[in-house]
Amino acid sequence: MKSVEEIKAAIEAAVPGVGVKIISNPSPSAQHSLLLDSGTAVDVARFLRDDPELALDFLSNVTGVDYLDKEISEKVKVTRPVTKTVDGVEQTVEETVEETRKHTESGYLEAVYHLFSMAKKHGPLVLRMRTVNRTDQVELPSFTPIWRSAEFQEREIFDLFGIVFTGHPDLRRLLMWDGFKDHPMRRDYVEPDDFEYEPTAHDEVLARAKAHKAAGQPATLVAPEVPGGAP
Amino acid sequence: MKNRDTTSGHALEDWNRPPVFETEGEGELLEVSMGPHHPSTHGVFRMDVALDGERVVKLKPVFGYLHRNHEQIGQSSSYLASMPYTDRLDYFCSLSNNWAYALAVEKLVGQAVPERAEYIRVITAELTRVQNHASAIGFLIQEMGASGTPLMYAFREREKILDLFESLTGSRMMCNYMRFGGCRVDPSPAWLDATRKVVAGLPQFVDEFENLLSGNEILMARTQGVGVLRPELAVNAGITGPMLRGSGVNYDIRKVDHYGIYDRFKFRVPLGDHGDIFDRYMVRILEMRESIKILEQALKEVPAGPIMDPKAKIRGFRPKPGEAYGRIEAPKGELGFYLISDGSPNPYRYRVRPPSLINLTVLEDMCLGHNVADVVLIFGSVDIVLGEVDR
Amino acid sequence: MLGEGILKGLAETARNFAGSFVSKERLTTVEYPEERLPLPEASRNFPFLVYDGPNWEKGLRCVACQICEKECPPKCIYIEKSKDKKPDFVGKPQIYPAKFDIDISVCMSCQICVEVCPFEAIKMDTEFELSTDDRFGGLLLDRKQLARSNEYYHTIHPTEASQVDAKLAEEKAKAEAKAKTDAAAKAKAAADAAAKAAAAPPKAPEGGTGTPTPAAAKPRDTEPKQAAPEKPSDPAKAASQAEPKGEPKTGGD
Repeated sequence: MKSVEEIKAAIEAAVPGVGVKIISNPSPSAQHSLLLDSGTAVDVARFLRDDPELALDFLSNVTGVDYLDKEISEKVKVTRPVTKTVDGVEQTVEETVEETRKHTESGYLEAVYHLFSMAKKHGPLVLRMRTVNRTDQVELPSFTPIWRSAEFQEREIFDLFGIVFTGHPDLRRLLMWDGFKDHPMRRDYVEPDDFEYEPTAHDEVLARAKAHKAAGQPATLVAPEVPGGAP
Repeated sequence: MKNRDTTSGHALEDWNRPPVFETEGEGELLEVSMGPHHPSTHGVFRMDVALDGERVVKLKPVFGYLHRNHEQIGQSSSYLASMPYTDRLDYFCSLSNNWAYALAVEKLVGQAVPERAEYIRVITAELTRVQNHASAIGFLIQEMGASGTPLMYAFREREKILDLFESLTGSRMMCNYMRFGGCRVDPSPAWLDATRKVVAGLPQFVDEFENLLSGNEILMARTQGVGVLRPELAVNAGITGPMLRGSGVNYDIRKVDHYGIYDRFKFRVPLGDHGDIFDRYMVRILEMRESIKILEQALKEVPAGPIMDPKAKIRGFRPKPGEAYGRIEAPKGELGFYLISDGSPNPYRYRVRPPSLINLTVLEDMCLGHNVADVVLIFGSVDIVLGEVDR
Repeated sequence: MLGEGILKGLAETARNFAGSFVSKERLTTVEYPEERLPLPEASRNFPFLVYDGPNWEKGLRCVACQICEKECPPKCIYIEKSKDKKPDFVGKPQIYPAKFDIDISVCMSCQICVEVCPFEAIKMDTEFELSTDDRFGGLLLDRKQLARSNEYYHTIHPTEASQVDAKLAEEKAKAEAKAKTDAAAKAKAAADAAAKAAAAPPKAPEGGTGTPTPAAAKPRDTEPKQAAPEKPSDPAKAASQAEPKGEPKTGGD
């Protein structure tokens, strides 16, 4: 199979106005990926499937990844005019102060696709698409009209991460039940408090047990006295 | 055998969706929910079926009853701690799952595996394939109404193979045997001899099995022409494993990816002609024979040496940031693991590509127009395990 | 002929049925619980703690390092360290677990705790008939229920246990040899210091006060004392030093 740079060149030649970037993979597996713009992604996908040389007709794996909002604080040198009293005389002096500026880089949800070719027996090619943010702009185009194998996997990503795939014929929850709220695989998912009883509670389970007790919830099961227990 | 690789250039969009059946006559459609408590659904699985008399007009699979949050657990445990959880994905083939996960992690860090470990991995994987295909056929025939006889024959052989697993790894099904850089325990020469004895008895078992089943007229009448899957749809829907090869597409990851040491063994890949249930059944029988061939070749030349790479780490394993996708030809299809590491002891993203879930994508296409009784057979020929579908 | 395949299948079934009266291979039913199959040696079910010698509390190998607690995938182990110390098999005082609970309703028998234990203290048992009618207390095994002797370990996993015993004996021999060389080095260092002290003061009386006299007396006093035990009873000295530490050799005597 061609290298990632050659594939990028082929895509840019075939689909006009496309946005493709190479994201390199530092691990020894050397599976570099192409980051696609959501606008032209479907045309790129169709080209990848129908191109006689690449013939990537097998979409093997579709998965979602969640990246949280990052708070970045940087120290910036700011020159500001300050009024100071020098030797009893009021003067305006320029002073350089170091300030810590914080801004939030909005996180995003990402869909990763692994493509192989059954005709040419090569692969994988990794594609990525990112949403704008995690809260309201979470749409991505669906690849189901091009590769049918994306059907269930995109439903699962919608269920567990919350990415809305536009153009999917039947987008509803797959693993969770239909009335479920929230998206469980997101990294900021808070589980509902259904703690019952754990005999060997320690670390985070112990923290949950304490929080459950502190919240004044009734104990559904009472811990029995352990007979002949400790030392 | 004709090589029916798919050719691109088809207008796939029009038949990418399942066809819509027009009902004849008046009256409403009967909506039946088959499952989740059902003896033939291989686990807790539900199908919402709309019937016109006996014919299936619409079929929507519903699952998630066995969702155990495996990917979330993988992301909050270390890499080693996820290994016993992979046993429980496809609980019939725990050693294949272990190998797929170990392969993905070894790709992520570039870990080498000693030769003896590679041979043992191939031997255990092929033993797993034999017992999985035997059980799958046994369950399929049971759903046809054979009341357990072929299933019990298959399980008799399976017990011998599971005894081998127990004396090697300590447990019959939840083996937890592969590690990143080799295998956990070195098999003794006594174990290799016992394996050779079991493998010597396997061809006779497959012959008996075929004698019992393949010529059976009831089987042929019920399975030939039922549940046809076209090769173009199979490729587009990402089907892998015996279901894909039953439709005639020559794609076996052991031959394509050249993972492990499969290149050293001579074996063929059986392909089907029509893509119906009978072809998938025959592909599984022939794959069992090919696996026995691989086992005989591998057991002759197991080299001495270390079972684990000396540079491999058990505790304190922290791969550098990066990602990797590793896949193997599991008995059910392509089992892949996708790992993203950010340098910490837990993976940042841990994803299982489940063959059973993807193979279910075309269940509706295969079942439309058939009777309800055929739905159970078609479902059995897909050969799924709910542990893998729901994870 | 129509039905030939079915007849062939029926012949196969008949062969199996008739054969089950004759050959053991075809009759695979085991009448449990009257008949039991022998388990292979490597089989594992739930963990147990190994102790050496007759007293389980004194001979427990576990030193509460909590590595198994950290590596356990479903987090079913709970350890509390003790406040005091007890001597281990080489004689070094180690802390021991005051509480060691395993919840076997959570344990998935993955054997990772056995793999990562550096002290060969936790091993896998083969006992599987563990049903109880108390759902939480009955399936929470504490330290006492988990402790089994080394002899029991030999009965269930003979080859593994012999390998572990060999390894521990090797470690103990190494530790004892190290202790001996340490003691010899210490004695030699003390003798050298005394010899130096003996060499220095004889020069002092030329220009000194009354202090050299006790110093002059000292080397004559200590030197023979140092010299005598140094050579002949050196092993005895080392042995007597090692003895109190090496007391629980093969278990809390």
